[in-house]
Amino acid sequence: MSLRALIAGQWSGLRAAFAASTATLALFVVAAAVWPALNRPANAGPRDTSADELDYASPLELVVSPDGGRLYVLCQQSEEIRVLDANSYAVLKTVHVGRVPRGIALSPAGDRLFVTNTWDDTLSVIDTKALTVTATWPVGAEPSGVVEDRAGKRLYVANRISSDVAVLDAQTGAEEKRLMGGRGTSYLALSPDGNRVYATHVYPNASAHRTAPESEITVMDTTRAVVTDRMPMHGIAGVFHLAFSADGRLGVVAGYHPKNLVPLAHLEHGGAFAYTLTLFGADVGKPVEVPLDELDRYASQPFGVVINADKSRIFVTIGGSENVVAIDAQRLLAFLRTHPRPASGSYAQDLSASSNYVIARIPVGHNPRGLALSRDGRRLFVANRLEDTISVIDTRSNRVASTIALAGPNGTNPIRRGEQTFYTARYSFQGQISCSSCHIDSTFDGLTWDLEPDGFGRDIVDNKMLEGVKGTEPYKWNGGNPNIPTECGPRTEKYFWRSEQYDNLTLADLTVYIRNMPTRPNRWRLPGYELTPAQERGKALFSRAVDKFGKPIEEYNRCSFCHSGPKGTNQKLFDVGTRKPTDNGAMLKAPPLTEIALTAPYLHDGSARTLEEIWTVYNPEDKHGRTNDLTKDELNDLIEYLRTR
Amino acid sequence: MMKLDSKRVWLGVLLAVSTSAWAATTPAAAPPASHKPHAALAGAGTVKVPTPQSLPRFNFENYTTANGLPDNHVFTVLVDGDRVWAGTENGLALYQNHTWKTYTTKDGLAHRAVLSLALDHKTGDLWAGTMGGLSRVSGGRIESYNQLNSGLSNDVVYGVSVEGDNVWVATAAGGCKLDQHTGQWTLYNERNTPMAEIWVYSVSATPEKVYFGVWGSGILELDQKTGRWDKYDDPDGETEMVLFKDQGLIHEIVTSVSFVDNILWAATYFGDSRYDGRYWHNFLKKDSGLPSNFTNTVKGIDANRAWFGTDKGLAYYDGVNWAVYRPSLKDGKPEMTVRDAQGKVTPVAVTTAPAHNYVLGIDLQGSDIWVATAKGLSHGIRQKP
Repeated sequence: MSLRALIAGQWSGLRAAFAASTATLALFVVAAAVWPALNRPANAGPRDTSADELDYASPLELVVSPDGGRLYVLCQQSEEIRVLDANSYAVLKTVHVGRVPRGIALSPAGDRLFVTNTWDDTLSVIDTKALTVTATWPVGAEPSGVVEDRAGKRLYVANRISSDVAVLDAQTGAEEKRLMGGRGTSYLALSPDGNRVYATHVYPNASAHRTAPESEITVMDTTRAVVTDRMPMHGIAGVFHLAFSADGRLGVVAGYHPKNLVPLAHLEHGGAFAYTLTLFGADVGKPVEVPLDELDRYASQPFGVVINADKSRIFVTIGGSENVVAIDAQRLLAFLRTHPRPASGSYAQDLSASSNYVIARIPVGHNPRGLALSRDGRRLFVANRLEDTISVIDTRSNRVASTIALAGPNGTNPIRRGEQTFYTARYSFQGQISCSSCHIDSTFDGLTWDLEPDGFGRDIVDNKMLEGVKGTEPYKWNGGNPNIPTECGPRTEKYFWRSEQYDNLTLADLTVYIRNMPTRPNRWRLPGYELTPAQERGKALFSRAVDKFGKPIEEYNRCSFCHSGPKGTNQKLFDVGTRKPTDNGAMLKAPPLTEIALTAPYLHDGSARTLEEIWTVYNPEDKHGRTNDLTKDELNDLIEYLRTR
Repeated sequence: MMKLDSKRVWLGVLLAVSTSAWAATTPAAAPPASHKPHAALAGAGTVKVPTPQSLPRFNFENYTTANGLPDNHVFTVLVDGDRVWAGTENGLALYQNHTWKTYTTKDGLAHRAVLSLALDHKTGDLWAGTMGGLSRVSGGRIESYNQLNSGLSNDVVYGVSVEGDNVWVATAAGGCKLDQHTGQWTLYNERNTPMAEIWVYSVSATPEKVYFGVWGSGILELDQKTGRWDKYDDPDGETEMVLFKDQGLIHEIVTSVSFVDNILWAATYFGDSRYDGRYWHNFLKKDSGLPSNFTNTVKGIDANRAWFGTDKGLAYYDGVNWAVYRPSLKDGKPEMTVRDAQGKVTPVAVTTAPAHNYVLGIDLQGSDIWVATAKGLSHGIRQKP
């Protein structure tokens, strides 16, 4: 019996047990026996290809060939490009690429297709005539968006982890330079005149504690390949695709506008997010933010955006709401002309605004992401990531004309169902939020939140990474939730959703998904996991039992005690001297160290903007480990080691 | 550790003098053997010796708070094409399209006092060393690093230099390097280099060599290929005596280093030095055209030419002759003097001079020069002969 069949069999029994019993505790004891088989090794070793998750295609992005004859579909989970006939939708060929691809772009001539591979840190170059990979070039950490300049001279690649844009020789792949982007640089677009490349980023830039998030659109000049401008996006955290009208006078970018500075108390009283478009360019003058939400129907998690050729329509995929918003672009511009513009440049909080320009919300499949128009503009292709389908929308009727099923497994497994639950906003009041609103692409959001259960203005918490969360219970910073089902079930339902509860089976699937989130490769480790000299020195400091004066360090005050084990936590609560006046208590669970280099800010309330500040600012009494005897270079060594975790 | 012992240096000086094509000049003015007129000054097939008449003349336009500068105390200046950055005691100023714009701590600058500047020519980003950390200015956004929020060794950043993907920093607590790709900070101090003092005033980095000028500890050289450190000290120790003029670095208190065309130019508070990897040649007020031994900054143009910022004016050395530009020490009137190879000093009639004699920073804009002084920023517009 294959592992997949074994898991499927066990899970069938488990679901039956769920359905028959309300004994949740017993249920998860049984489930615990199954999960280890599903789980992958931490820290991105070779993927366990025996697990059935690989069978899913998970279409994330798509592009149409210049002649309109082909549809190239980036399938993230099966790690391939499916090449479809854009008219018959027959699969012409499947081209395998690197690990966990994310970005796709055609050269202006259409002869080359570029695909970024986020786990390999590479770029695959596909010859579109032969439909074969002709080159694989190294790029930065977690490459995402990619675009070639009009002259075919340079390639621009957005690197999410290194938060920069790599500039490559488009013919050889040699890296010329890296330009600083916003934090989590991810999506790129070339202006219609070819003179500029625009970049967005999914995490907010660093700013002072408990201030509004700040994002930007990074503008690069293609002649010199330098950053010439950064258009500020005040109050926005989580910026995704951007698109231009053919005349170049209108730019549109999709983003989240979190309300994280006020207590996350009642979704019915204003919600946790506004989901918006930011418009810029000659048509609008100064950049302006407009909402996609309606009073009783939110557009949870906009992602892809496209403007049709005559600038009459803007289409936006709404990942959490499982639909596509169709906007009458001219009515939108008329709205901006006729309504007094707020001093902030944002209409985000005006829930009556979108009725002026949103003309349809078109239901599609699970977690719609990338989208592309056919050359004649009559069909809109939408990649439904968690359904393995492509919706084909008739842009005249704004209805789904057909659905292309990508080859995949029959039915869904617990992980897939759990992931669908993670990404859908259907459970929350008015469809406002889902897990992925704050855990962008299943990671984190770089924000701190004021959650209601602890009291208004009390217990500000930093949002954490979920990768590797299995086996690190209890959860919450105060350790208040003993396991993931409690964390994701009653807590979420009561304090977040304010609406529909999960049934037991849905909660079990969600739990399985979260427990099985793979951990991405650690970029600070050398191949073979050996340590650099600085990391070795840092490891010794991490493990030391005696300070520099020869005095023994109490066990509870050693880094390696609280942050023990493969995930860097002994799962116990400690007072490390970081309690703030707004905190209800001082005892905090030792957080795991998994991918800690990525997850600024730090400490339970996000008050430390960098790893350094944990000790240079917030450890005056040496309660958060004995560190005040360290020199600056020794502290640097310790941090170099922590980055390898 | 000295690079060369006294005996070898002395022999080198003898050889230099005896084999020099400059033997006809006075010993004080004769450059060492490695000195050759810059290629730009050489005619086809013949060596063209610079003449006093070829020394540049400028019409200085001065900027102060009266015409847009945020502060008259200007520590440093940097030219980026048609833009000019000035680091002042009260903000970072940008001159563009005949207008000054000032960046302050409200914009994210690490500190109001900007001591040093460096341009990343690949990315166009500007790096600013301040009294409160290191700032990167990129496309209008300022990101700052200090000793609390990053691995930077100290908040007082006297010098900064960009080489490849690395940013090299001179601070009051040693030198350091930021690898922009990995984010790793590497610190250089008395624990891992021959640095006796950690008050690092200046850094000049290339892919091959990195030089740190240390206040009270000479010059440190890092060979980037081998990882080996060398240290250059004043053979006369920390005294202010000069027993043998060209036997090594002129003094331990090094304020500025500039490595160009494989030549190291060094400024100290007690004279200046030129080092070609084998021979030293030192410059003192008494035997060169320097207006003062107290030198704040040096900017090497190539192997033979350099600009010096002293407490008594701006000086230029073309490999043979010297020129000094300043308000007169007697009456403050604009003054330019030329010193030829024979040591003859001749005044040149001028109507303008740099804003002040205390020169802290120098950069070039084509044939023009920008000069940071203690009382204003000066733009020297090159005049045709």
